[in-house]
Amino acid sequence: MSTASLPKLSRKDFVSDQDVRWCPGCGDYAILAQVQKILPELGVPRENFVFLSGIGCSSRFPYYVNTYGFHTIHGRAPAIATGLKASRPELSVWVVTGDGDALSIGGNHLIHALRRNLDLNILLFNNRIYGLTKGQYSPTSEQGKITKSTPVGSIDHPFHPISVALGAEGSFVARSIDVEAKHLQEIVRRAHEHKGTAFVEILQNCNIFNDGAFADLTEKETKAETQLILEHGKPLIFGKQRTKGIRMRGHSLEVVEIGKDGVAEADIIVHDETNPVLAFLLSSMQPPQFPTPIGVFRAVTRATYEEGLVQQVDHAKTKQGAGDLDELFNRGDTWVVN
Amino acid sequence: MSPASPDSAVAAATISPARKPIEERETVVIRFAGDSGDGMQVTGAQFTNETALAGNDLSTLPDFPAEIRAPAGTLAGVSGFQLHFSSREIFTPGDNPDVLVAMNPAALKVNIGDLNPNGILIVDHETFNEQNLKKAEYASNPLTDGSLDRFQVYQLDVTKLTINALQDLNLPTRTMLRCKNFFALGLTSWLFQRPIEPTIRFLQQRFKKTPELLEANVRVLTAGYNYGETTDLFRSAYQVPAARIAPGKYRNITGNTAAALGFIAAARQAGLRLFLGSYPITPASDILHEMASYKNFDVYTFQAEDEIAGVGAALGAAFGGAVALTTTSGPGMCLKAETVNLAVSVELPLVIADIQRGGPSTGLPTKTEQADLLMALYGRNSDSPVPVLAACTPADCFATAFECVRIAIKYMTPVIFLSDGYLANGAEPWLVPAATDLPKIPVEFRTNPDGFFPYLRDAETLSRPWVTPGTPGLEHRIGGLEKEHITGNVSYAPNNHEQMVRVRARKIAGIVQEIPPTVVHGPTQGKVLVIGWGSTYGAIAAATKQMQQAGHTVSHVHLRYLNPLPPDLGDIIHQFDRVLIPEMNLGQLIKVIRAEFLVDALGLNKIQGQPFKVAEISHRISRLLEAKS
Repeated sequence: MSTASLPKLSRKDFVSDQDVRWCPGCGDYAILAQVQKILPELGVPRENFVFLSGIGCSSRFPYYVNTYGFHTIHGRAPAIATGLKASRPELSVWVVTGDGDALSIGGNHLIHALRRNLDLNILLFNNRIYGLTKGQYSPTSEQGKITKSTPVGSIDHPFHPISVALGAEGSFVARSIDVEAKHLQEIVRRAHEHKGTAFVEILQNCNIFNDGAFADLTEKETKAETQLILEHGKPLIFGKQRTKGIRMRGHSLEVVEIGKDGVAEADIIVHDETNPVLAFLLSSMQPPQFPTPIGVFRAVTRATYEEGLVQQVDHAKTKQGAGDLDELFNRGDTWVVN
Repeated sequence: MSPASPDSAVAAATISPARKPIEERETVVIRFAGDSGDGMQVTGAQFTNETALAGNDLSTLPDFPAEIRAPAGTLAGVSGFQLHFSSREIFTPGDNPDVLVAMNPAALKVNIGDLNPNGILIVDHETFNEQNLKKAEYASNPLTDGSLDRFQVYQLDVTKLTINALQDLNLPTRTMLRCKNFFALGLTSWLFQRPIEPTIRFLQQRFKKTPELLEANVRVLTAGYNYGETTDLFRSAYQVPAARIAPGKYRNITGNTAAALGFIAAARQAGLRLFLGSYPITPASDILHEMASYKNFDVYTFQAEDEIAGVGAALGAAFGGAVALTTTSGPGMCLKAETVNLAVSVELPLVIADIQRGGPSTGLPTKTEQADLLMALYGRNSDSPVPVLAACTPADCFATAFECVRIAIKYMTPVIFLSDGYLANGAEPWLVPAATDLPKIPVEFRTNPDGFFPYLRDAETLSRPWVTPGTPGLEHRIGGLEKEHITGNVSYAPNNHEQMVRVRARKIAGIVQEIPPTVVHGPTQGKVLVIGWGSTYGAIAAATKQMQQAGHTVSHVHLRYLNPLPPDLGDIIHQFDRVLIPEMNLGQLIKVIRAEFLVDALGLNKIQGQPFKVAEISHRISRLLEAKS
């Protein structure tokens, strides 16, 4: 179907009749609004969108989007989405998940979805806390996190979701922030346009159990110093005066000031979305030593799983002809009893 | 070495004309046993194929260790294949073999206890050396210490005879020795006058690209056959005439193959794509293997990262409008439970095939058991009704698989298909159906938005409409949270929840209308009714037949539908003095039958990873009859 023949859709076509039941002030509202804004612009008939989710606050998302939706079970949405996309490649399939859903109980499905590279869009809302179960630490919580289940501090080291996605061979790996409306829209659009599994970590504030987790990153006064906006082909420059940059030093990255100690703009790394080594180095940048990169870490093209699957089925049909049950039943040696 | 073409290989298969007398036998049980690397399963399967083409009724029991190659020559590494063939109808692979082919001392030690008195024992004499005897934990050589006196022992130098047949081919010794099993196959083929042509055809297929191996195996097979005819060792051969079974075209089929064909046929009759999400597990993997080779039937197979993803992907495909299937065994069933429950809640069609094996936990991966029944019926959180159907013979896996798909679609529900290791790997003749005789499976995807609600139910079946993404105007959300009756919106209202729990239960209970009248094998009233389910069919059928022939009013009912149960079962049960329920578990169906029909049923339980012997069941029935009189 050509997009020209599509009826013009607007944001309200994607608002369902269900009351949104996130806590007032939750970052999820902002994400929902940006996704609903961008969906009508993607040139996909509304009925071809499917949103699947697991369990957690973020996973209520499908109820609020007026498309096909499937609120599944904890951690399993990527697996269920895989079956749907593999058998119905023409659908635009989205997985909405959280840090607990995707990286704790569903870690296995997440990495295998990324490895297989089905044409899915995975939106991971990372608030670094368990919200729906009322405030336990998550696999992205910082070490030493004091919560109800860790009254003297969490012991385990956290995952960096972007590093996990890159390590799982994700072909499109990006990060955005709930309150960065324009940036988020752009990243969601690019995720959709990417052919293959698109993984987007969205930093999202849980104002009840982990309020201000990303405050440095989102406050007007600080964000120019704490955000590093990744743009393909552009140097990694940040700061209020845009004088700070990221430079290679040996096998590591360092923050430098342009014009100081003989540092020139030419010394600053130019972002390359196709460079896996750079993507991994960027994914390991942690505050306060480094700014937090947002944008597309990696975007490369490789064959999708469903293409391969359909190709094999089509090839078999061409080579062997559409299956004939009688031929199938009579395979091998048969004999007749009179 | 001259390059051998398939034709020259067949030319090498010149068999000696039959001159020895041929004795007729009605029924024979033969068991091949050797190291797990000796090719006993191939030997057994080929003898089965030859026997099928000879027109006998047959039933097989492959029995192999979980280790792919256990240490050679040890008791743990013994692999066996038993085949029962007959000129009359038979139901089981036979209680005890009449013929045992033992390729080494360990194989002898493990199996000799089962051989019938005066049974034929064929051994490879050369393997009975000191080292192998020690590995088999023999204190003295059984071939010389008189312990085998009650059998007809044939000691052959299989190793030497094999090498002699291959002398001029310049093959490495190791390669030559790997042909030994075909000498045994050739010899037994002669002994029971089986045609070896099917095996030659099989070898031609298998060694298409290695003509030297084709020639070697055909030569050894033929040498074995001719050795029987020419050696003085055997005075006569045996013949088992073709069986008088229902006329038609037959093929030999295992339970796993039959199940695969049943699922494919059902998808075809529904006019839908088949999606199988699966994770390899013994003894279910063969279904995945089979399906993966039938892509031209619009079969999509997906080897998932784990059991959960296997069923999850299948459920996703069901949402998309495919015939959705996942295959597994007990340990995988445990992992799939949560997703099956989601399927119960969202009411999408899904078939979960559980090929049961010995448990708990990893248990006995390659051995059979039927101990997942209660898990299938109840093993999910909350009130979660799921239809459960069980196949009773290898060939019956076809019809049962087909029926599972039909019910799943008609009632928009997950359905559990139960088979087990014995059915999965066992084989029997299958009366090949004609595709045109298979019923169509009606499928109606809702496309009309007028009056649409996701949980507005069909009055007759109580099933909700199947709407697939991509249908304009019917966009809606489903999920595992409780839904409001009709609208499907999330609802925590107390009365709505009770209504939904009840309506889900009513929907599954309503499947009784699909169940045909129960067949009572034997008189419809009398002293003992034996109720079975699953793979105990053969042993129960044979035992109850024996009892009936001895003049006892003993009958047999075998259940395919375990949830819901047949509506006439209670009436049938109450026509008998006693009810006996043999199961390969500690008593699972018996709990259901007792609870459902308030009958003081008795159990007969065997949990050895091996199917029932006919005698075990007939003995129990006899004791029951004696106690009554």
